[in-house]
Amino acid sequence: MNKPLTGHIRTDGEAIWIDDYLKLGGYQSLSVISKMLPQDVTKLINDSGLMGRGGAGVSTGFKMAAVPMGEKAATPKYLICNADEMEPGTFKDRWLLEGNPHQLIEGMLVSAYAIEASVAYIFVRGEYKLAIKRLEQAVKEAYSKGFLGQSLDMHVHPSAGRYICGEETALMNALEGKRATPRSKPPFPPAIGVWGKPTLINNVETLCNLPHILNHGIDWYKALSKGVNAGTKIYGVSGHVKKPGAWELPMGTTARELLEVHAGGMKDGYEFKALLPGGASTDFWLEDKLDTPMDFASTAKIGTRMGTGTMIVLDDKTCPIGMLLSLEKFFKQESCGWCTPCRDGLSWVAEILSAFERGDGREADIAQLERHARLLGPGSTFCALAPGAASPLATGLKYFKDEFLRHIQEKSCPYANHLHR
Amino acid sequence: MLSAEEKSEIDHEITKFPVRRSACLEALAVVQRHRGWVSDDTLKAVADYVGMSATELDGIATFYNLIYRKPVGKKVVRICDSVSCFIMGYDKIRSKIEQELGIQLGQTTPDQEFTLLPTPCLGTCDHAPALMINDSLHRDLNEDNVAQILRHE
Ligand SMILES: Cc1cc2nc3c(=O)[nH]c(=O)nc-3n(C[C@H](O)[C@H](O)[C@H](O)COP(=O)(O)O)c2cc1C
Ligand code: SF4
Ligand code: FES
Repeated sequence: MNKPLTGHIRTDGEAIWIDDYLKLGGYQSLSVISKMLPQDVTKLINDSGLMGRGGAGVSTGFKMAAVPMGEKAATPKYLICNADEMEPGTFKDRWLLEGNPHQLIEGMLVSAYAIEASVAYIFVRGEYKLAIKRLEQAVKEAYSKGFLGQSLDMHVHPSAGRYICGEETALMNALEGKRATPRSKPPFPPAIGVWGKPTLINNVETLCNLPHILNHGIDWYKALSKGVNAGTKIYGVSGHVKKPGAWELPMGTTARELLEVHAGGMKDGYEFKALLPGGASTDFWLEDKLDTPMDFASTAKIGTRMGTGTMIVLDDKTCPIGMLLSLEKFFKQESCGWCTPCRDGLSWVAEILSAFERGDGREADIAQLERHARLLGPGSTFCALAPGAASPLATGLKYFKDEFLRHIQEKSCPYANHLHR
Repeated sequence: MLSAEEKSEIDHEITKFPVRRSACLEALAVVQRHRGWVSDDTLKAVADYVGMSATELDGIATFYNLIYRKPVGKKVVRICDSVSCFIMGYDKIRSKIEQELGIQLGQTTPDQEFTLLPTPCLGTCDHAPALMINDSLHRDLNEDNVAQILRHE
């Protein structure tokens, strides 16, 4: 039971459907919560130390406790599962959605009970066709068994491909049928959320933890971890490693263990240069950070972030500036256009980076990129997309300065695997 | 004009929301399923049906990657151009596809068979490079298997 979220997921690619799920003890947490008050469920989740797995690492219990309770609270209250996974390099929620959709529904039932939500949506990325099909099937099964339709209604909303929809306030606008630009905060969604009502939004992996915490208790949950934060974490590795993949491991597993043990080390002929620890919106790490436990607190302590925990490995055969260009082109394209540093700045960043790749880079451009990295940083924009774009840019400029200079001196990109367009 | 079938499918989607217009993306997806893309006239009909202005609905339709405001080929090939796929050889795969189909990103073959578009990360980065052809996902691409995949889809 050290892989509670994924241990039962079938290896033949088929989902766990309702009969098998029930045989495996599925939906048992509902009888546990039926003997508890909603507030006690929230307190238990709070005490468990579960932190949101969507990237920011906010305490789940804290967010649940922010939802107004009692007779005066506005109704209906909404619970939303954020299944819009689109952070480049991130492929963890797909596994949970396709492999065990009922686990997510059960987690949502637990959360909805705690905050007294009566309507729930699964906001799922439009490209996840198989996940959408399986979620719809699982929701249907949960209705037919009476788990849904009593106190909670649940709908699947397939989005249509836009990264910003994963930002929780943009997500609410999208769900309301508006253009998906973020809202200003405060008010925060638990106070005034979708359609103006109290709303709780959690990531897929976060919600999948809930049934297990209820079934096995806090001590068990905390003991799963070997880091500061509790539970397990789904980590992943992509890039030129021997065995790219995703694994559910104790929270606090080091980047080195992920890279060298689980991913089998670098592929023959490739050497490690750097990595992004958790998706496109995180800082580059060099070798010196590899022994950092991958959890929210340990990474914060050294001034960086774990993000989604799915790392992207840069090797010695791939141009670091080409990689930065790929990252920043993504952010430029997915900017919703609301704030100037993001809308205008990212276009310039991408343009300058591609000039380097073409061999047209100048030394003054490096200072210009550094300026953009500052302007994109926290505090100047409506949402975290821009600071996310600034993370790899600022650290890339710091760690790969000699690579920029080499592009200038050689008047071209010295790598075979680079990106022009 | 929306067909009776389209209307009934949209009506079903509307039941999922407390506000009629909130189903506008679902409504666009319904008509696109029937018609392949969303023309100006279709857009107006959907806007009327869900109760919002055509201009506002266009602002939403054009916001999304998966709503097509221009005709597309029978098979829409969407190749991931995000970071892990870039590292694993996106450029070579794209060139190979462009060569095979005789079109570049953003174009449709003259016989209306294929449209080639870029897409952000498909969430299968451990099997990069990856692409989708309509609803099906293809992973672990290389220059050899990609031509085959295009032919057999
Ligand atoms: C641009 C942007 C995109 C995001 N995309 C996602 C996403 O796809 N899935 C997700 O769970 N969180 C995403 N987030 C984070 C959400 O805003 C939110 O913090 C999260 O869903 C909260 O869930 P958690 O508390 O369970 O982590 C994104 C944030 C930003 C700024
Ligand atoms: S930071 Fe970028 S994506 Fe976020 S609100 Fe501003 S313009 Fe939109
Ligand atoms: S980067 Fe291509 S699938 Fe994730």
